[in-house]
Amino acid sequence: MATEDALVRLGRHLRRGEVSEDLRRLYLEGGRGGDSFYRDRWSHDKVVRSTHGVNCTGSCSWKVYVKDGIITWETQQTDYPSVGPDSPEYEPRGCPRGAAFSWYTYSPTRVRYPYVRGVLLEAYRAAKARTGDPVHAWAEVTGDPAVASAYKRARGKGGLVRATWEEAAEIVAAAHVHTIREHGPDRVAGFSPIPAMSMVSHGVGARFVQMLGGTMLSFYDWYADLPVASPQVFGDQTDVPESADWWNAAYLIMWGSNIPVTRTPDAHFMTEARYRGQKVVVVSPDYADNTKFADAWLAPHPGTDGALALAMGHVILREYLVDRRTERFAAYLKQYSDSPFLVRLDPVPSSGAGQHAADDGEEAYVPGKFLTAADLSDDLLPGVATEANSHFKPVLLDADGSPVVPNGTLGHRYGDADEGRWNLDLGDVDPALSLADLQGVSTGSAGEGPVESVAVALPRFDVVPGPDDDAHTGGKGVVVRGVPVRRVGGHLVTTVFDLMLAQYGVGRPGLPGDWPAGYDDPAPGTPAWQEEITGVPAAAAARIGREFAQNAVDSDGRSMIIMGAGTNHWFHSDTIYRAFLALTTMTGCQGVNGGGWAHYVGQEKCRPVTGWAQYAGGLDWVRPPRQMIGTAFWYLATDQWRYDGLPADTLASPLAPGRFAGRTTADTLVESAQRGWMPSYPTFDRNPLDLADEARAAGRPPAEHVVDELKAGRLRFAVEDPDDPANFPRVLTVWRANILGSSGKGNEYFLKHLLGTDSAVFAEESAPERRPSSMAWRDEAPRGKLDLLVTMDFRMTSTTLFSDVVLPAATWYEKHDLSSTDMHPFVHAFSPAIDPPWQTKTDFAAFHAIARKISAMAIDHLGVRHDVVASPLAHDTPDEMAVPHGTLTDADVPFRERHLVPGVNMPKIVEVERDYPAFAARMAALGPLTDGVGMATKGVPFSPDAEVRRLGEVNGLVPDGPVAGRPRLDRDTHACEAILALSGTTNGRLAVQGFERVERRTGRPLADLAREDEGRRITFADVQARPTPVITSPEWSGSEHGGRRYSAFVVNVERLKPWHTLTGRQHFYLDHDWLVELGEQLPVFRPPLDMHRLFPDSPSLAERAETGAEVVVRYLTPHSKWSIHSEYQDNLFMLSLSRGGPNIWMSPGDAARIGVADNEWVEAVNRNGVVVARAVVSHRMPEGTVYMHHATDRTVDVPIAEASGLRGGIHNSLTRILLKPSHLAGGYAQLSYAFNYLGPTGNQRDEVTVVRRRSQEVRYE
Amino acid sequence: MKVMAQMSMVMNLDKCIGCHTCSVTCKQAWTNRSGMEYVWFNNVETRPGLGYPRTYQDQDEWHGGWVRTRRGRLKLRAGGRLKKLATIFASPKMPSIQDYYEPWTYEYDMLLSAPQGAHTPVARPKSLLTGKDMKIEWSANWDDDLAGSTATMQDDPVLKHMSEHVAEELEQTFMFYLPRICEHCLNPACVASCPSGAMYKRAEDGIVLVDQDACRGWRQCVTGCPYKKVYFNHKTGKAEKCTLCYPRIEVGLPTVCSETCVGRLRYLGLVLYDADRVTEAASVEDEHELLAAQRSVFLDPDDPEVVAAARREGIPEDWIEAAQASPIWKLINDYEVALPLHPEYRTLPMVWYIPPLSPVVDVVASSGNDGEDPRTLFAAISKLRIPLEYLAGLFTAGDTRPVERVLRRLAAMRSYMRDVNLGNTPNESTASAVGMTGPQVEEMYRLLAIAKYDDRY
Repeated sequence: MATEDALVRLGRHLRRGEVSEDLRRLYLEGGRGGDSFYRDRWSHDKVVRSTHGVNCTGSCSWKVYVKDGIITWETQQTDYPSVGPDSPEYEPRGCPRGAAFSWYTYSPTRVRYPYVRGVLLEAYRAAKARTGDPVHAWAEVTGDPAVASAYKRARGKGGLVRATWEEAAEIVAAAHVHTIREHGPDRVAGFSPIPAMSMVSHGVGARFVQMLGGTMLSFYDWYADLPVASPQVFGDQTDVPESADWWNAAYLIMWGSNIPVTRTPDAHFMTEARYRGQKVVVVSPDYADNTKFADAWLAPHPGTDGALALAMGHVILREYLVDRRTERFAAYLKQYSDSPFLVRLDPVPSSGAGQHAADDGEEAYVPGKFLTAADLSDDLLPGVATEANSHFKPVLLDADGSPVVPNGTLGHRYGDADEGRWNLDLGDVDPALSLADLQGVSTGSAGEGPVESVAVALPRFDVVPGPDDDAHTGGKGVVVRGVPVRRVGGHLVTTVFDLMLAQYGVGRPGLPGDWPAGYDDPAPGTPAWQEEITGVPAAAAARIGREFAQNAVDSDGRSMIIMGAGTNHWFHSDTIYRAFLALTTMTGCQGVNGGGWAHYVGQEKCRPVTGWAQYAGGLDWVRPPRQMIGTAFWYLATDQWRYDGLPADTLASPLAPGRFAGRTTADTLVESAQRGWMPSYPTFDRNPLDLADEARAAGRPPAEHVVDELKAGRLRFAVEDPDDPANFPRVLTVWRANILGSSGKGNEYFLKHLLGTDSAVFAEESAPERRPSSMAWRDEAPRGKLDLLVTMDFRMTSTTLFSDVVLPAATWYEKHDLSSTDMHPFVHAFSPAIDPPWQTKTDFAAFHAIARKISAMAIDHLGVRHDVVASPLAHDTPDEMAVPHGTLTDADVPFRERHLVPGVNMPKIVEVERDYPAFAARMAALGPLTDGVGMATKGVPFSPDAEVRRLGEVNGLVPDGPVAGRPRLDRDTHACEAILALSGTTNGRLAVQGFERVERRTGRPLADLAREDEGRRITFADVQARPTPVITSPEWSGSEHGGRRYSAFVVNVERLKPWHTLTGRQHFYLDHDWLVELGEQLPVFRPPLDMHRLFPDSPSLAERAETGAEVVVRYLTPHSKWSIHSEYQDNLFMLSLSRGGPNIWMSPGDAARIGVADNEWVEAVNRNGVVVARAVVSHRMPEGTVYMHHATDRTVDVPIAEASGLRGGIHNSLTRILLKPSHLAGGYAQLSYAFNYLGPTGNQRDEVTVVRRRSQEVRYE
Repeated sequence: MKVMAQMSMVMNLDKCIGCHTCSVTCKQAWTNRSGMEYVWFNNVETRPGLGYPRTYQDQDEWHGGWVRTRRGRLKLRAGGRLKKLATIFASPKMPSIQDYYEPWTYEYDMLLSAPQGAHTPVARPKSLLTGKDMKIEWSANWDDDLAGSTATMQDDPVLKHMSEHVAEELEQTFMFYLPRICEHCLNPACVASCPSGAMYKRAEDGIVLVDQDACRGWRQCVTGCPYKKVYFNHKTGKAEKCTLCYPRIEVGLPTVCSETCVGRLRYLGLVLYDADRVTEAASVEDEHELLAAQRSVFLDPDDPEVVAAARREGIPEDWIEAAQASPIWKLINDYEVALPLHPEYRTLPMVWYIPPLSPVVDVVASSGNDGEDPRTLFAAISKLRIPLEYLAGLFTAGDTRPVERVLRRLAAMRSYMRDVNLGNTPNESTASAVGMTGPQVEEMYRLLAIAKYDDRY
């Protein structure tokens, strides 16, 4: 035996182990005390169930381990209720980001104490010493321009100093009280997104802001995560399948949604469904993470997805509905879409881009408005034309050619006369899908003359602009195609389906116009056409379209498209999405388990939505709350409107009547606010408390007083003059959010104008000829509009860095709360693993502490006041019948000369009482309106009298004071119980009650969907014990009945409950005036904005040099693998697993152009600002496009930028807000406002930047 | 026959989404402490890529694992014990910290405590080794998702051994993820490398551990392990490694990395093997035979003779039952879809992998093939984006045939189950074409797709 084995041999004798014959393996039993370290490390005292709130839709349930009172780590819970024996389960749900969360608890970026900006604190203390009163002190500090500007200029430059909670809360309270009294409660704003993933933490602050009369800002539209196509098509915000339903899909397209990265916990349902033969297609311009799972990968140029979808639709319409009519598809379209409804054809307006003629010289028409019962005489529609709401009862033709108003239209939704008729039961009616179907059918008494056809002119926006085309006409053209028509009641009409075939270029014999000869003909709509635009081979587009449809045939509708930010964050995403939704509707996949759309970005499902809305809105005490479209708020508050000046008619159709001529998109915002289509806060250039006092003094009802003042020109909308100090937002509270490091499009404008500190804005303000005509222009742009920025957070972000007051928040492992999502059908709990450490407080405790201070100050400074609230025309209420046909009859009349009627052509005006001294007490108790007046969600009324009584027993009643006798809400757990008790999804009695009411309206059985759960009351203890499945409820459109997977619109399809739209069906066609103006009546391809053309100071993609100091690229901001928005980007684990700081991903070709090697420092610069980052050079990136991941904040490893001499910016330093008028249209059917349902999106995908290799010697200060 | 039990793992790479949750939960539970900052018992590599530590697979460089001598004996590539004794005070051949990565933190405190100044405060990076400012130039996962592919990808040792050229072109892009833990080998080179006898395999479950009391910090184990899954704790001066979460395994819980795997791709179970045949299997001459040789060491837990032999060795009844219920046995032996990582290292690793399917390569530029059509399904296997040769370089010492056989089985399962899914009669010939029966395919499908918690562990 060699001496070399001596050591091991020795070991063999010394230890009880057994060494293998050849001395290579040592087996050991017992005697292993040397490894006890690991056993000790694993031991822990308790495991607590909690989750992660806000910015992630995961809603994963986690085990948080605690040892010696210290949170050690977390792993996922695995106890989700079963999905069933033949499906994978939800366990374990989580991702690396969530797994790294506990790092924050004791990290050096944890905010442990209250902080106040030092300059401000000194000024405040001095003023308070002088005045002896916090409110007077605040008035002094903000009233002295030198003092105010000094602390505003100091924002974001360090110098935060510790304060006590007492003092910090006092400053915040005084600012609120002073602002409400001096400027008005609507000058107070709150920003906190996504309630579903921590309902109470969101709700308590929203309750605080809204009960004060302040303005809560929307987020879903602001994030550009709201797919505007959803309200347009479905009349619903977003309703999508739970992730376990992906398993049921037999064909799955992931289109601009990178599931492994952005839906990490659920991606396995996709990978596993492949094993049951699900075919997977990925559409992505880069080799995205999900591409590895795909059977086919289509890589269109960024932002051209709409063209690809239209071409797929072209193939489906051609092969499955025209050459051969697939019965399943046709029947679906007749019953569940607006396809058979009649649209009036109008002559091309004279103001359009000239007359357009078909080949034979015949005049062409343009598609106009839906034909409604009001357009027809009583003899054509006996007994219908004169019924109530006839303007909202669209008409179709029966198979015998007679006009019919089918059940289920918007007109049937309201009024006693139509009770029981709001349903999709067609009875004996067999709608004509195409008027060509009526060939040979006599029109009988209904119409006049035989079937004929006419040419229609349709806009196109894909034309390459000529050198002489100016911005107003560039990139536009007209295509002329024919449709079969009839005359009905004197109106020339065709069906939506016939218009769809024209739009998609699917020709039929005998129709006039220009039609493609085949798939290889690059005429608009064909596969060859899209190839020129997208780069995707025509044959591939045709094949995927055909497969999608054939799979729908083979599987009864189980073809699904998962779609997301990659296709939804564009300026024209509503058109992209409408082209997607057309695919799922025309193949009959919507409302089918395993089929339809699955939109996943920023979506959420606050499943107990009714209870949350009561609590968060303070609807139990005062209605209506002030809720504002976030994008418009920031656009005005940050003065981005001054740099925009985008002429609205650059977006218009060449066939448009010209309603946008001479106006900017900002002017359309003004009109939308004036008409009450969209909310607008601050509303008027006067304190609404003073307006109420004036009306009282004048003895006039508030609404009449407001109209008087408006017409007299003494009162103006704040939106008309956002730079008037009277119209500034003054106090902003941000919690559960990082607006300045994440969602703030136009970040540098925020810094410059809202905050009044240093910024890297390079853009010039609009020249006089590009300024809005309906807004006042002040030569000097304000700097530092905001008096106070308060942030509650547990970590340092850009928002805390720039805040005046930073309050230390409890983390998700230190509080009670509720979580739900649309990714799974459960409600589960946050629970404190430890108490909030140091001086941190839960959001719940913090807001109540400030509220108590406000109420105390209010006794002297505010008292009980009345407040005039201007409220927009609301969806799911009769307001949506304010504008028949979406036609403006007074568009040419200046606002003040119109016959102003609140609730019709201007906002509703409501006076409410604000009892400020009782404010804190009211916040902490459930008010009387909940049971007294009731609740409503999406038009479904609920009467929770029994629930409120029971809440009084569970939570206890307030014994005395101004809210004596009301159920207590003074603990977070009380709020949790209230939310659960007041929602149908968590309270079977309310679910049944709501369904019974919808049954009366629809005349269809529905309550059986919830009857099995009528006795169930999900309590907070239930959801703390285990994720708890929700109850099927009329608050949502799907069903969990019988343990099935949730899929949107299943109730509509299976139970014939109408969609909340004009026709009650899914809409291909939209006829609001503004949609007509934009040429977007039908799904249409609109390319990414040509930024250089629209904004000459924007770099030109057309002028990319081969080599040089800089390269012009498309700038995309997809979601990151290593963060949830800005959170976790500062987390050491995530940084160690990636590249340790901000990056810009670029292709080898673009890197070579500017001589950049991997990991070298680069700067991206455009008119909006600059970011500094290190290059990641990878061949998975397409040339001409760079990625800087979404919400790259400036807190970690960001040097000073060469371009600005300031700290490099965030990803949004290169973006800016641009408004699309179609998002501002309102007052009409599904295009009516609801919070986070409709509004202009803060889109950011169309941006272009230059990238430079910068000096590699970086400085940090 | 000497029956022993080995706790083993199979990872289905075809389901791995590369999320790194396993890495983070493992890090948090085990190595989130000083001296271990750079250590990830579990890491996930993007392939093609350099791995962690970078190029660890290049044994010409790092000298890990075993080599077969001309006489048919095994010896450590880094040299026998004599050499080790002779050079025990010299630094062993092992990756530098820069090959793992220099761990860092940030000046987070500045975000809160920065005094009023001219600029927005920032947290700049500081080395955790030196405490000084640093520019971050490598990390635990630097080339994630092909980051920096133009700079590093061609240095991937697996790619270097391939005959066909893999270009860095968008249209040709492929990648997949390789999560790695300690292999808990049947023939561990680390144990044999240890001059102190501090490393051992637990007799009852084969978990390879370092006795923290016995370790003298010679670091020969780091060299010996070809997977570089033994690490040196700079604070304690001892070696540490993945423990297969034995404190959890002992109480019936799966490892942290397994239970927290949101891709649901990890399977854990006991395998019975014949310890007497380990050396023989590790010593076969042809590297392509190592897979079969290792499989032949495993013992059928349902074979009465094996059960009897196991009882004679004192293996408890519940241990035998666990081996019979083991998903590992099914995946390795019944369905033959799992393959070992780098069998050519001759350590007989016990964490096996199901190789990933991938889309056919020409789909972006042309109309593409239809991977779903049963007729083209098998033909398409050779045209997959991930070159078979690359997978073979990882799992079969370069032999593409076993890899292709696995992928054909997976593809056949998809094809067969699509018929079931659509309510059609499944095609038995699809199963038989890959040497399986329909019921077998459905059984495998349940294990791979439905994959309930109790079936995975």
